[in-house]
Parts: sequence; C-alpha cells; structure tokens
Amino acid sequence: MSTKEDDTRDERAGEGASPVTAGGAAKTSRAADGAVATPRAIARTRRRAAFARFRRAYGRDRAGLYGAAILLVAVLAALVAPLITDPSGLDVTRATGAKMAPPSVGFPLGTDESGRSVLLMLLWGARVSLLIGFMSALLSMVIGTVFGIASGHFRGWVSAVLMRVTDWFLVLPALVLALVLAAVLGGGTSTIILAIGVTSWASTARLIRAQTLAVEARPYIERSRALGAGHWHVMTRHVLPNVAPLVLANTTLTVAGAIVTESTLAFLGADSGQVSWGGMLRASYDWGAATSGAWWYVLPPGLCIILVVLAFTLCGRALETVLNPRLRGAS
Amino acid sequence: MSLLELRDVAVTYRSATGDVPAVRGVSLGLAEGEALGVAGESGSGKSTLAMSLLRLLPRDALVSGEILLDGEDVLTMSWGRLRAVRWASASLVFQGAQHALNPVRRIGDQIAEPLRVHGMATGAAARRRTAELLEQVGLPAWRARGYPHELSGGQRQRVMIAMALACSPRLIIADEPTTALDVMIQAQVLALIRSLIAEHGIGLIMISHDLSVLAATCDRLAVMYAGRVVESGPSREVFLDARHPYGRALAEAFPTVGDPASRMAPRGLGGDPPDPARLPAGCSFHPRCPVSLASCASEPVELRVVGRTGPDGAEVPHTAACVHVPEEVR
Amino acid sequence: MSTSTAEPAKAPPHEDHGGARRSLARYALVKLGGALLGIGLVIVATFFLFRLIPGDPTVAYTRDVPVTPDQLALLRRQMGLDRPLGEQFLDFVLRTLRLDLGTSYEYRRPVAELIGERVGPTLLLVGVGLTVAVGLGMWQGTRAAWRHGGRFDRLSTGTALTLWSVPTFWLGLLLLMVLAAGAGPIPGLFPTRGMRDVDAPEGPLYLLHVAHHLVLPCLTLVAVVYAQYLLVMRSSLLDEIGQDYVTTARAKGLRDDDVRRRHAVPNALLPTVTLVFMQIGFVVGGAVSVEFVYSWPGLGLLFVEAIRGPDYAVMQGTFMLVCVAVIVMNTLADVVYHVLDPRVRSA
Repeated sequence: MSTKEDDTRDERAGEGASPVTAGGAAKTSRAADGAVATPRAIARTRRRAAFARFRRAYGRDRAGLYGAAILLVAVLAALVAPLITDPSGLDVTRATGAKMAPPSVGFPLGTDESGRSVLLMLLWGARVSLLIGFMSALLSMVIGTVFGIASGHFRGWVSAVLMRVTDWFLVLPALVLALVLAAVLGGGTSTIILAIGVTSWASTARLIRAQTLAVEARPYIERSRALGAGHWHVMTRHVLPNVAPLVLANTTLTVAGAIVTESTLAFLGADSGQVSWGGMLRASYDWGAATSGAWWYVLPPGLCIILVVLAFTLCGRALETVLNPRLRGAS
Repeated sequence: MSLLELRDVAVTYRSATGDVPAVRGVSLGLAEGEALGVAGESGSGKSTLAMSLLRLLPRDALVSGEILLDGEDVLTMSWGRLRAVRWASASLVFQGAQHALNPVRRIGDQIAEPLRVHGMATGAAARRRTAELLEQVGLPAWRARGYPHELSGGQRQRVMIAMALACSPRLIIADEPTTALDVMIQAQVLALIRSLIAEHGIGLIMISHDLSVLAATCDRLAVMYAGRVVESGPSREVFLDARHPYGRALAEAFPTVGDPASRMAPRGLGGDPPDPARLPAGCSFHPRCPVSLASCASEPVELRVVGRTGPDGAEVPHTAACVHVPEEVR
Repeated sequence: MSTSTAEPAKAPPHEDHGGARRSLARYALVKLGGALLGIGLVIVATFFLFRLIPGDPTVAYTRDVPVTPDQLALLRRQMGLDRPLGEQFLDFVLRTLRLDLGTSYEYRRPVAELIGERVGPTLLLVGVGLTVAVGLGMWQGTRAAWRHGGRFDRLSTGTALTLWSVPTFWLGLLLLMVLAAGAGPIPGLFPTRGMRDVDAPEGPLYLLHVAHHLVLPCLTLVAVVYAQYLLVMRSSLLDEIGQDYVTTARAKGLRDDDVRRRHAVPNALLPTVTLVFMQIGFVVGGAVSVEFVYSWPGLGLLFVEAIRGPDYAVMQGTFMLVCVAVIVMNTLADVVYHVLDPRVRSA
C-alpha cells in the first residue's frame, strides 16, 4: 500500500552499498543543478540525513533519553574516579574507618567489614562492572553476528549445523555455564569477560539470522550475485550494513544483561579479583550485613546495578523502536 | 423504507501527531435487497466506512453523523443493542479470509458461533443449520469438522459467506471479498454472492478497488476519493459514462477484452492518493486531475446531478462532484 | 447454485486421522533424536570443559594435604590421568551413562547420592515458583495487552522492565533484610535460612513449616522470572489482537471478554507456552542465586558450594544434570506445541 516502508528500506539499502552495481563503480550522474553526484556522495548525504532523522526520532522517546542521561553520568563517574579519589582506600590493610559503620561525615555511605569507604568502593566498582559489561557484550555481539550472518547466508548443512549449535547454546542455562567456565578457567577480568561473552551470544545470533534472511531476499542481492559478488562481498558489503542498526540496539540490551550476569557471578564466587558491585554484595552477605541491618552496605551496590541496567535497557528499547519502523507506535 | 442510510458520516482518527480525517462527510442510502458497490483506491476511506457501520473501528476513531440501520442509529445505540444488531441485522465478509477465520478453531464452531451468541440455535440444531449453510455455498457438510488452514482461498471465502448468512441478516457488508483470489475463483464467488442475496433478498454493500467487478455485481456504484464520495449512480451508467475524472480513470484502468480501442488508449493515472493527514486544498483530486481548472485548487465541489434515470425506470440520480458537471437548474 | 468445483458430499476417508497420528510419531521421534544429540553434546562439552582446568587436577585435589610425589603418581593413576585422552573420554561417557558421576572431594561421597538428596528441594522451589510466575505473568500480560496503552499496561510493563533489571540475589538480600531479619520497628516475619529448622514439627504441621520457609525464596524467584512471561504474553496477545479474526469475532456480537477468552488468548497461548519452556535455562539460573542466598538445600546451593571448593566432581555432575533437564524440557515443549497447534498437526 503506502510507500513509506519501502522508502525506509530502500534508504537503508542505499546506505552501505551502491544499489546500482555490486562493486560501486564510479558511475557519475548529473543532478538538476549540474553538481556531479557519485554513488559514494549520494550514500554520504543519505547517511547524514538518516542520522539526523535518527537523532530526532530518538529524542522523542523520553525513556530513552533518561536512560542515556543515566549512562552518561555512570560512565563519567567511572572514568573520573581515578582522578578525584585515591585508590589506596581500597586496600584492606590501609583501611581507616570503623568496621561496618553506618554513614557518617567522613564516610558518606558507611564502611564495609574492613573499614573501607563504601562510596569509594562503589565508584571503583563502577569501572569494573562497566568494563566487563561492555567487553563481554562486545564479544557476545561479535560471536553472535558471525554466527547469525553465516547461518543466514549459507545454505545446506553449514547453516543447519550453525543453527543447531546456536539453539543448543540458547537452551542451556547461561548462568550455570558461565559459572562453570569462570570456575574452571580461574578468576580474573578476562576470564569473566570470556565466560559471559561465550554464553550470551545465542539470542543475538538468532535475531541477526532472521534479519540476514530478510536482507538477502531483496532483489538487489540477487543482482549483485549475478554480477559475480562472492560470499564475503555479499555478507560484508550488503548484509552487515543493513544488520548493523539492529546489532547496535541488541548490543545495548546485551550490556544490560551482561552487567547483571557479572554481578551475579561475582556474588556467587566467580570473582574478577577486583572490587565490583557483585563482590561487595557477596562480602556483605558473608559478613551478615543483611541480617544485621547494615543497609548501607546492601542497598547502594544493588541500586547502582539496577540503575545502570535499567538505563541500558531503556536505551536499547528506544534504539529498537527508532531503528525498526514496524515497532514505532506499537508499544 | 430504506434498509441503511448514512447521513454525513465522518471518521477521524486521533493520533499523537494530530487528527487524520479518513472519511469526510459521506451520505448514502441503501434500499432492501439492493446492492451498492463502493469503489476507490487504498486510503480513500472505503474500508473505514465499512467498519464504521457496525462500530468496529478502534477506540481512537471518532465517528460523527448518523448511520441508520432499519431506522435505528447505530452510533447512538446502547452497547447491548449494538451487540444484538451485530451479525443478526448486518454481517461482514472480509478480504483475505486467511486471517479472518480463527486458525485454531473448527470451521463448524465458527459458523455456529453467532447462532449461539444470538440465542438462535445450539447443539444439534446449530449443527444442522451449519450443514445447511455450507451446502448453500457449495461446500460439503463434513468440512465443518476441519480447520481453516485445510481449505483453499476460495473455499475459505465461501466459509466466510456461509458464516455471514448464519443469522439471516438483512444486510451484508463485503470488504474486498474477492481481491486475494484467482480470477476464476473470483468469478465463482461473485456469482455465489449474487445468487444468495437475490434468493434471500439481502442488501449488499461491496467494497472493492475493481470497478468492473462492482459494476457486474451491484445495482448502484459510489466512487470514493480522499474520504468523500465523488461519484455515484446506477452502476452501468457510472461504469460506462463516468463524469468525474477520477471515476473515469478508475473505469478505464481495466481494459475491455476484445475492444481494440481500449488496447491502444493510454491508461492509469499518475501520482499517489493523497495522505489523509495532508489533504490538498479545494478539490482533493486536483493535483492528479487531467482536466483541472485554476478554481479547483481553492474551491471544493459538492456532488452535482448528472442525470436521473435508473434501472426499471426508477429514479436513481447519477451524481458527480466535478466542476465540469453543470449545476442542475431547477 | 452449484458450482463447477463442488466437492463430494460424503465424508473424507478416515486415513486422515491415522496420517496425523503417524506424523506426530514421526515428529516426536525426530525431536527425540535431536534431544539425544543435544545431550550427547553436553556430555562431550562437559568432558572437555573440565579438562580446561589450568594446572594439574591432582594438585587441586590435594591442596590441603601434604603429599609425596609417589602418592601424587598413585592419585594420577587412580584418576586415570595417565591414560590417553581418548580412553579417558570413553571411560567418562560410560561411567556417566551408568550414572556414576564421580566422588565429591568435599563430602567424600558419590556425587549421584548428593544430587539425589538435593533434587527434591530444588524441584519444590522451582515447581512452585514457575507455576506462580507463569500464572501471574500470563494473567497480567493478558490484561495489559487487552487494555493496551492504559494505566495498567504502562504500570505493568514498567514494573516488569524494572524487575528484569534487578539481580535476583540482590532482591533476595533485600527481602532477607526487611522481611526476615526485620527493619526498624517491623519484626522479622520469615525465617532467614534453610528449608526447615532443627525444631521442625512432625506430621501435617511440617508441611506448613516448610511452606513458611518457602515463601521468601519463592517470592524472590517469582519476582524476577515472571516479568519475562508477562512481556511475552503481552506481545503475543498484541499480535493476535491486530488480526482480522478478532474483528470478525467482535462483529459477531460477542462480548469483549468472550472475544478475548475464546479467540485471542488461545492463539496467543501457543507461542507463549513455547517461549516459557525455552526460558527454563533462565529460571534455573535464578534458582541457583535464590538457593544460595536463602541457604535452600537444593542443587543450586550444592553447585555454588562446589565452586568455593573447588569441588570439580560435584560441579561436573550438577552441571550435566541441569543441562540435560533443560534439553528434555525443551523437547517436551516442542512435542506439546505440535500436539496443540492444529495447523502443525495435520502438516
């Protein structure tokens, strides 16, 4: 019926590759005012216009804006921590405060079981949680994208095998698997990142596979194949740019999940060795903070986790709505 | 007495970005046993109009005017009365019965459902009536035990027709009933509809973008554009001698098989139907009109009478909303 | 008026029903094969996963006890580490199939025995939790979708999103702090740990006693898990509401409730039920956290305690069991869906 959806689709089609030829040969055309417009220049202007549209559309989603604001504050706090605070306060042997003391002037959020400032640990814990969250989501996204595009692009037994593997990972309990990996490989930031990344890529892969199938059904893919485009070319020059917005939205949501998983892993004993929000909560549990009413040790780390995860979730959902015209106005 | 009368019906969709007028003041009448065809492109408001007749539009749609079904105004009916009227007085046949039938319930259950709801028959009596209805549309009775996905498109459409006849309504509203079907099946379904409404004396409103289908099946035609009726009259006259440029384009869009002149004549109309949220000023058709005048961009035109004859000599005015139609001198 | 394609008036041949039954059997067989393959993969993956342990496994087993090199060599032979990898693998597979899951280092007992003891409490917790979560989530999701955009909808979706952001264990800590230990003037209403106290009563009161202990763990599990079901049911129902057959049902004069109950919800249930089963892995993860926080004597607690050891035999055994259980549930879901959906049934 209406051509608006077609416009958006064609718009995005033109963003990554020239729809005219597969190789993007420098065919030029003269626009009405006589300016020479190469395919690349056309793609650039379209991209800029699309980005401006995106910014406007995102701005309309109030929840997404709140999420983005919270994220900005969190990331800034994490980056700025080493500049404004002294990491020596995290050293157990050099703690100066009273043990498990409620908030006071010197320690705005009280102290932990060793006398360290909870607020300080919270700030530095942000760095760990955000870092691990980002990196593991990145790893998960890379694996998921590779699997997704490959299983959507290739046919026959390759695709069947890839899909079976994806389904297998999808079904298995991610937390249990991550715990085993973390325990087996030993603690440490990189093993935790690996553990989370390896166990959370399956749903991304499914999503991207569906999108790959949709993209490859478009006529210009057939045309580019007829012109001799190989697997690599179709996957990177055609599918990937079209899938990229979806990947972006999905990654944001994956970071949210990764932060929850990281804190859960730390709580259950698969530590990264550094101060993190999950680790703080484990210590609080071990030292009976919950049952003795040391709320300043139990509430703040949890609230931080919730806030950051919620922020990523809201941003992710806003991105999904903005980048997928079908969802606009549906939720 | 007229079976259905629409008086200045308007439908506006409220949305966050403003009000969108889908139907802007439509007045139509339908007598008992009469068949009226409503033609137009997508976005002309014809489906919206059809849905409004039984108040089936979503909550964000504002309907104004009067819709008199057997003298009662549907728009001001109580909820209970409306539910009683639905299907028992007027029923619907959708297009693409692909999703118009519940995929997880048996066909027989779905046909018998309105009988149960309106307290007309249950149990064995309902089963008998279902078998009767299926037979009327040319399907064997054992189909009642099956599911919609087991049927072909044409068969599903027949089921929809059988379902529509269940409570012996006085009016059937058919929204693009044959659009998704092959031409041969289309012909069969149309013939079926024609014979059934003649047999039972049911009024029919058929919506379609295919003017030739409507001209063959209906007594009267109304052409809609941008939410308004731009031409109406006896179907033969409107089809063969359309006076509104849009009506003419629509009639000519379908070539007459065997007529060499129609083969060579240029066909089709440039441009797209207007966005209901941003209608052009004056006559909404003027941007695409091949014979528009300067005044068309500023002054909208009301329906003007072209002639006053009809089948069997009954007076059915042929009207068109075009500045080129001379105003009737009384 | 008869048409040229009138069908025969007699009933269809009865082989239709036999055909449907045959196709169901064939489908179940295929799914069973897939499940066995999945389980096989789990066994293989477990074997190689636990061989990834850096360093010498014998060292991990003897870290508290001073051992001589001879004793270490003996231990290596006992654990079969001096044999080629292929032999070790075969041995592992055969033993697993015999349900011999090794011996726990911490408890000095067969792993299978430990698992047997702990399965009951976990099933109780997960069973009750899932039932409540699914029921609540579906009911709320249905209402939210039916009154789409209204206050209930926005509140429900907002709450669900927030709860999804809450780590299960933290919610447990919070509930412990407030409801079990008591905060300020409010006294603790629930026990702080375990499934039963030392002074548990006998007979029917025992059930009540256990139920009292079950409340907080169950509440914690439900709170985080039900959000998924709510969102899934809501989106499934929203998809169905837009379909033509719902409009047809309304046009027939059915009441709003009937349209929802008899037409929209049954269609929305199908994909929802499948998704519920697919999320079982997530529920298992939640159960692990909950059991640890509340010291609920189930498989999850066993597993977490094994991490602290590290007690690799127990970890290995529970890991395999949990994965196999999840795969079995998913296969069941596929078959059940096949039976319930008439479109798939006669395919």
